[in-house]
Amino acid sequence: MTDSAEQGGETPARRRGRTGLLFALLPVAAFVVIGVFLFRGLSLDPSEIYSVLIDKPAPAFDLAPLPGKEHGLATGDLTQPVQLVNVFASWCVACRVEHPLLMELKRNGTVPIYGLNYKDQPQAALNWLRNFGDPYDRIGSDLNGRVGIDFGVYGVPETFIVNGEGVIVRKITGPITPQILQKELLPLIAEMQK
Amino acid sequence: MAPELGQYALVLAILVAAVQAIVPQIGAYRRDAAWMGVAPVAARAQFLLVLFAFGCLMTSFIASDFSVVNVFENSHSLKPLIYKISGVWGNHEGSLLLWILILTLFGAAVAQFGQNLPPTLQARVLSVQAMIGVGFLAFILFTSNPFARLDPAPFEGAGLNPLLQDPALAIHPPFLYLGYVGLSVAFSFAVAALIEGRVDPAWARWVRPWTLAAWCCLTAGIALGSYWAYYELGWGGWWFWDPVENASFMPWLAATALLHSSIVVEKRDALKSWTVLLAILAFSLSLLGTFLVRSGVLNSVHAFASDPARGVFILAFLVFVVGGSLTLYAIRAPSLKGGGLFRPISREGTLVLNNLLLSTACFTVLLGTLYPLFLDAVAEEKVSVGPPYFNAVFVPLMTPLIAALAIGPMLAWKRGDLAGVLGRLKVVAALAVLVGLGMAWYAWNVMPLAVLGFALVAWLALGVFREWAERVRLFRWDIVDSWRRATGLPRASYGMSMAHLGVALTVFGITASEAWQEEKQVIMRPGDVQTVSDFELTFVGAERLPGPNYSALAGTFAVTRDGQPVTILQPEARTFTNPPMETTEAAIRTTLAGDLYTVVGEGDGQGGYAVRLYYKPMVIWIWLGTLAMMIGGMISLSDRRHRIGAPARKPAETADTDRDSGALAAAGAGD
Amino acid sequence: MTRSALAILIGAALLILSLPAFAIFTEKPLADPEQEARAQHLMREFRCLVCQNQAISESHADLASDMRAIVRERIAAGDDNEAVRQYFIDRYGDWVLLDPPLNRKTILLWAGGGVILLVGIGLIFIRMRRSTRAGAQGQTALSDVEKAELERLMREQG
Repeated sequence: MTDSAEQGGETPARRRGRTGLLFALLPVAAFVVIGVFLFRGLSLDPSEIYSVLIDKPAPAFDLAPLPGKEHGLATGDLTQPVQLVNVFASWCVACRVEHPLLMELKRNGTVPIYGLNYKDQPQAALNWLRNFGDPYDRIGSDLNGRVGIDFGVYGVPETFIVNGEGVIVRKITGPITPQILQKELLPLIAEMQK
Repeated sequence: MAPELGQYALVLAILVAAVQAIVPQIGAYRRDAAWMGVAPVAARAQFLLVLFAFGCLMTSFIASDFSVVNVFENSHSLKPLIYKISGVWGNHEGSLLLWILILTLFGAAVAQFGQNLPPTLQARVLSVQAMIGVGFLAFILFTSNPFARLDPAPFEGAGLNPLLQDPALAIHPPFLYLGYVGLSVAFSFAVAALIEGRVDPAWARWVRPWTLAAWCCLTAGIALGSYWAYYELGWGGWWFWDPVENASFMPWLAATALLHSSIVVEKRDALKSWTVLLAILAFSLSLLGTFLVRSGVLNSVHAFASDPARGVFILAFLVFVVGGSLTLYAIRAPSLKGGGLFRPISREGTLVLNNLLLSTACFTVLLGTLYPLFLDAVAEEKVSVGPPYFNAVFVPLMTPLIAALAIGPMLAWKRGDLAGVLGRLKVVAALAVLVGLGMAWYAWNVMPLAVLGFALVAWLALGVFREWAERVRLFRWDIVDSWRRATGLPRASYGMSMAHLGVALTVFGITASEAWQEEKQVIMRPGDVQTVSDFELTFVGAERLPGPNYSALAGTFAVTRDGQPVTILQPEARTFTNPPMETTEAAIRTTLAGDLYTVVGEGDGQGGYAVRLYYKPMVIWIWLGTLAMMIGGMISLSDRRHRIGAPARKPAETADTDRDSGALAAAGAGD
Repeated sequence: MTRSALAILIGAALLILSLPAFAIFTEKPLADPEQEARAQHLMREFRCLVCQNQAISESHADLASDMRAIVRERIAAGDDNEAVRQYFIDRYGDWVLLDPPLNRKTILLWAGGGVILLVGIGLIFIRMRRSTRAGAQGQTALSDVEKAELERLMREQG
């Protein structure tokens, strides 16, 4: 079975060779592209859902206070130059982790913190706050979680940074860590308070 | 003691692998028989060392030695023995050890059964296998050591996950890995051939049995996983296009394309660069799958440990292996001289179409799986790609493929007579149309897509039969002659028919169960009756039953049909305490005609219980079809021609090989 | 739908929401079977944000249960399917849909399969055309050995 392809002229063969090389390079090129994305993907979190409410006004809501507390939480309360709306619950383990940081913020008077008590038993929430401290100026009791859904909450804790016009500027998903506090939150708050 | 011995064995293994990677390669370059001879010896040694290490880990699991971190995290003294054993590979580190065990097993097999390979090829193949082995052993030793110890040793293990204590789930990984990792042999053959600079029919004949074996196992692994999901997860679903499922499906698609493409290389010395590329891609996709599952890059219910550090290692390995082999391909492939010419309408042509459709399907699955990552990396936006996308793009690709499956084997090589073939198939076509219309009449509210599905299934199944009938000259009505021909047909052709029939059965199962499924989600009180299909299900009641390590809510259904008792079904909802988890145990009555699937949920506090009742017609055929595919593959594997291999390469004998294939071709009537 | 009926429905929904998480099945279906069927269908389209690989129709998560209740509520309130989808997209973005929408962001995804198929077909055509051309040229030229063999055979034939 002789292969007589070479007997067919030189220029077509060389042309064939060049296009052949081009086709043969396609798989490597595709792999390089994929590889770059995979590498980038190592530093991304696939389960994190970005908020679609950034730079949009906070949803309209009006929540009653916890029993015995004075202030509930409503959209109309979001008037400070910057405030944090922190979604928390007594059953949430990660909330305990960020709690000391919130207490510190409250002690320093850095920024008003409003709480959104998400799908909690009011008495359990009160006990929790009594045990660990209450960093919140106002707390809205979201018994059925609807307000949370309006905010695009999908886990606890989450924190929304809202500006003076009631527009959500940033959302922190998960507990506030010291790193997030230093690198993102405090600088942002400082800037917004100017 | 055992864990330490195991660790030493792994260290020795990596040293042996390093030697096996380097020495034979140089030996092949220098045609030095002694250096090349190192390969089979090293391959066997490597396998024995890894087997020993695996045995050490298994010993630790069986003995419930909780001083070993891996055993502590993944086992428990209360586990039945069989699940202690399967616990060895039910975790990240152990499954990697299984991976490397199978890699070295295949390497040793090539050393053992590849004695009729040209020495340079065998040496290079084993060298490439060893290179992969070095990478994995390094990964294990440096980042995922299964033999790490815990001091002080805890009294009890933490791994009692009830979901993992299931027979199908226990053997699903070994089969899957036999498949994934088995494709490494095809990969090694491809790289070795590229290094050698020669791809020829003999090469294709050597590659095929290894690819077939891996393909059979991969089919089994995927089918087992799918069947497990069906009976365990409680929703009657069996495929979710989850990233990890896709990670196993893509190599399967590539391997199927490879199997068919290598036929053309073997018979017609054509499609060489496609075939080599497919061999590289199939294993590359396996490696990619390994990366996706263990790096935390994608969202999946199956994912093992999501550890970006490990991810970097695997990615680097991936870049080296895949990038390296594809670069080699880019350099060497253009010089692979194409051989036999063929018209577009020919058997080669349909195999090219097969290649094209399977490769495109594989690519779209890859695209859908990686797209969320792509979009997040580029635009910092999230989109989720779910079953609707995959179904929408996969089904239109597979439909022409199934249609062509009936035609392809009947076309001649090189230059096919499509009109002739279609003419011979006109009865089949007519019957297929009748079947489609019949289904439409029988269930007048059925979807048009289902009608098409049934017609296609009939077309393919009858087409397979028609092709066989033609080969044995059945319609000349000479029984003796037909019998003689039938028994004389090469096994590979029966394997092909069986496997293609399996495809038809699987598509049949899918079409029927999707088209005619009945589902009821209701709240039932004791004494309530629901009708599903032609069964009456009477809810007798629910009670709390204690189990060995769980508390179950068991519901009881008395199933009757036309007043005649059929069976009692007792689904359960189990609550485990360690770890806290709830599982559903569906009660399924499986027959060839359909499955009656019952699930019980929680009570509503007022004496009623939430239940789900399904009737899924013909659903078991989905997995019976995959079984047929596997049997077909194994029949093909047992074909004598695969075990003989090609004679040694000498100028005079090249003509012999051609004559041999010519004679075989004539005997098999264009096989 | 009258206001009192709506109130009852919302009350029922709230009652259901206070049940434990396993109450996936004991949620009260909508009174109208057609609406309930539509709700069931719609539920299969939304991804659960907690168990992220399941639809809300299958997920045991609390949030999924809330979302199912919202689907029922919205349908009972008269929303059409598109409006219900938009409700969730407004809060969670495109990600919440299992079926990726066809828009500027996803055009590559939807078109990708078709593109690669066309590229593949194109590649095949080019290769076939080149090999047939080369083959045709090759086939017409016999080597000298073959020419001699041919002549010998022709002579033998007579």
